[in-house]
Amino acid sequence: MSGPVRVPLVLLAGNPNSGKTTLFNALTGARARTGNYPGVTVERRVGTLSVGGRPVDLVDLPGTYSLSARSEEERVAAQAILPSSGPGPDAVVVVCDATALERHLYLAEQIRETGVPVVVALNMMDEAEAEGLQLEVAALASAFGAPMVPVVARRGRGTTELLEALARVLEEEPKAVVPLPLDAAVAADVEEVALSVDAAWPAGGVSEARRPAVRWARALWTLLSVGDDELRDVPAAVRDTVEAVQRRATSQGRALDQAIIMARYERLDAITGAFVRVESPRSGPSTTERIDRVLTHPAAGSLAFVLVMGTLFQALFSWSEPLVAVIEAAVGGVQGLVRWALPDGPLQDLLTDGVVAGVGNVIVFVPQIAMLSLFIALLEDSGYLARVAFVIDRVMRGVGLHGRAFVPLLSGFACAVPAVLATRTIENRKDRLVTMLALPLMSCSARLPVYTLVIGVAFPSGQSLPGGLSVGAGALLLMYAISVAATLGAAGVLRRTVLPGPRPALVLELPPYRWPLVRNLALATWERTRTFVTDAGTLILAITIVLWAMLTYPKDAATEARYETLRAQADATLAGEPLQVEHARLDAEQAAARMEHSLGGRVGRAIEPVVAPLGFDWKIGVGLVASFAAREVLVSTLAVVYGVGADQDEESDSLRSRLRTARRADGRRLFTPLVGLSLMVFFVLAAQCMSTLAIVRRESGGWRWPLVMLVYMNVLAYVASLLVYQGGLLLGFE
Amino acid sequence: MNAGDITLADLGVGESAEVRAVGGDRGVARRLMEMGVLPGTLVRVVRVAPLGDPVEIRLRRYGLSIRRAEAAAIVVTRSAESGPLPSTAGAR
Ligand SMILES: Nc1nc2c(ncn2[C@@H]2O[C@H](COP(=O)(O)OP(=O)(O)OP(=O)(O)O)[C@@H](O)[C@H]2O)c(=O)[nH]1
Ligand SMILES: [Mg+2]
Repeated sequence: MSGPVRVPLVLLAGNPNSGKTTLFNALTGARARTGNYPGVTVERRVGTLSVGGRPVDLVDLPGTYSLSARSEEERVAAQAILPSSGPGPDAVVVVCDATALERHLYLAEQIRETGVPVVVALNMMDEAEAEGLQLEVAALASAFGAPMVPVVARRGRGTTELLEALARVLEEEPKAVVPLPLDAAVAADVEEVALSVDAAWPAGGVSEARRPAVRWARALWTLLSVGDDELRDVPAAVRDTVEAVQRRATSQGRALDQAIIMARYERLDAITGAFVRVESPRSGPSTTERIDRVLTHPAAGSLAFVLVMGTLFQALFSWSEPLVAVIEAAVGGVQGLVRWALPDGPLQDLLTDGVVAGVGNVIVFVPQIAMLSLFIALLEDSGYLARVAFVIDRVMRGVGLHGRAFVPLLSGFACAVPAVLATRTIENRKDRLVTMLALPLMSCSARLPVYTLVIGVAFPSGQSLPGGLSVGAGALLLMYAISVAATLGAAGVLRRTVLPGPRPALVLELPPYRWPLVRNLALATWERTRTFVTDAGTLILAITIVLWAMLTYPKDAATEARYETLRAQADATLAGEPLQVEHARLDAEQAAARMEHSLGGRVGRAIEPVVAPLGFDWKIGVGLVASFAAREVLVSTLAVVYGVGADQDEESDSLRSRLRTARRADGRRLFTPLVGLSLMVFFVLAAQCMSTLAIVRRESGGWRWPLVMLVYMNVLAYVASLLVYQGGLLLGFE
Repeated sequence: MNAGDITLADLGVGESAEVRAVGGDRGVARRLMEMGVLPGTLVRVVRVAPLGDPVEIRLRRYGLSIRRAEAAAIVVTRSAESGPLPSTAGAR
């Protein structure tokens, strides 16, 4: 071959849970480079290792049961193995679970048929032995038509032999592929499709020797895929032929897909029937069976479910809090340092309130993201995540969601950003999008400071509702109820409108329970967290700086000069404590004047006619603009516009009493209970969090879905607040 | 599917059966067949989820969970066998 020496590409393929990632980590150590597949957001992990003295790139593919992909992840795997154009990989290692061999070999058989050099890693040999299975490996391999190597990925056993076998297939001249034996009539149908593949979809980039295998594999693949797919790569001519051939075959009583799949299983059953023996059939139930009797038991299982989910929730909600506090303190410290090191001025402001604050806005999510990633890796690797879906599916089905949507939705109570990341466990793209778009309606912890402030200001503290609940607690409960109802309702509506699809089916493997490997957990947590910081983080940083600039500029020279004079006057007439008090008052007043004059302040004024029907004035309008950075920013923004200074929190008395006495232009009280309710409802429903938008953009692979989210949530929030306020007015509240 | 046929959804926990035909939504049926649920395969209902749906079946030495709606599209014949499944359950 001429040209620069290319590093051979080897793929690790296999069914979900076959041990690909474990084997990958065992082969490459922690030297994986992670990234994304082009155009989609499926994680791609690549590592370099030495095979027979040569460097080779190894890719850990997402799990797939078949090349006829039914999910985004499976599509990525299928495309990598048999690309619609180009040469494809140099070899594929198919990782198979030796304890359920026929099903795992089904994928290996499909890959073998494409003519690419294959090595089968017979993984989980420890479990196979424990179950009394005897595998005649050499005989299996020669009957199947590819080398097979027994391994135990968990302990790194067999990896040397695996690499030797890989080195051999990489050296070998390509061999002709023994085609799948098919019925004459079925074979004729396939040949007709293969002819259209020849014409419209030539196998570019592969060696002459592999072409017949590739055309046949493509013909079989399209026959099993076209019809219920969103395949973008199949040429229209081939698609038409496939549909015509399928129709004709059906009318003549042949079910082509079943015939092809059965032909494969017949071949595999014959091989495993001859060379896999159950030496000592287990007596009594397996460990997994015994655990499942408890964990899926109506009473004990529900209790376990509540406990596990409660722990997860607690971890997200409170265990991450000390870390978040440390990060916030560190950000404050760095800001102080910058203020001390640099002269006052626009540069100092940009660095402290723009850049450092922005970096802080990114890393403040790290504890929660790391915690949730770790939890999910733990649930996934142990096998419990599949049981979560099994137990809760009946509930999720009601709103057109999949059992797997439960953990992301629950996490949404803590924070939507890690929760959106958690949707990666949902295989089907539409199911995943519906979940992702609905879950920001779950009332996250950033909304709590807003509720606390508004309840403290707008609702009389002494009164209680019938039943002894205080009015404030009642309002809080109501917000959570609205949020859950809105989430489930939105999921149901999205499912029927923008993301229609067949009711998502549940075809869910329940893998055996296994002890998770610490190394796998650590790597998964580290890689997810790092990708968040590098990918979504940059956008969050950029938006923070833009928002800061909006709320700071332009400055008004006259105002600045006036406050300089006022300060000088104070310096001349006062001293000691009264001087400090006067300075603090002037600082707060000036901050309010600056914000009013800034672009953000003008936007607040400009949108006043729009938000007035919700009961809000322009100052709340500014708060809405600023809280796009994060909802809790409403609190400090209101503190600034109402002239009590930025460093107030939702419990602060000076802020609360200032807001309680706030008046409208006509002298009416601003924060009535009705306005408070309207504001809280708005905050439950509105898409105000740029970090959520940033992560949805990353996870959905573009701006389209975050924009849909922004629009639908804000329209919903507006209409709901409008109904609350105008309805309240009609009922005689004010 | 003919009237009088029984389906996987009609089986009780612990009952075994041999698959006759896999119907229902084409894509789901294909996926089930690719996972080894084929005419001739032995399956056993292992348990029902606490809320009554989905069900877990065991076949070819692994556990698979499907909803009753999907199970109702899989035509089966009851078989007497109730012990552990043989390693190659795709008996023809
Ligand atoms: N007993 C045993 N367990 C193993 C072996 N290899 C992997 N496991 C365990 O099997 C589970 C799944 O392994 P993974 O490596 O995550 O599987 P995967 O193929 O990457 O799974 P997906 O990424 O979901 O497709 C983990 O709990 C591993 O610890 C093995 O050889 N023996
Ligand atoms: Mg993996």
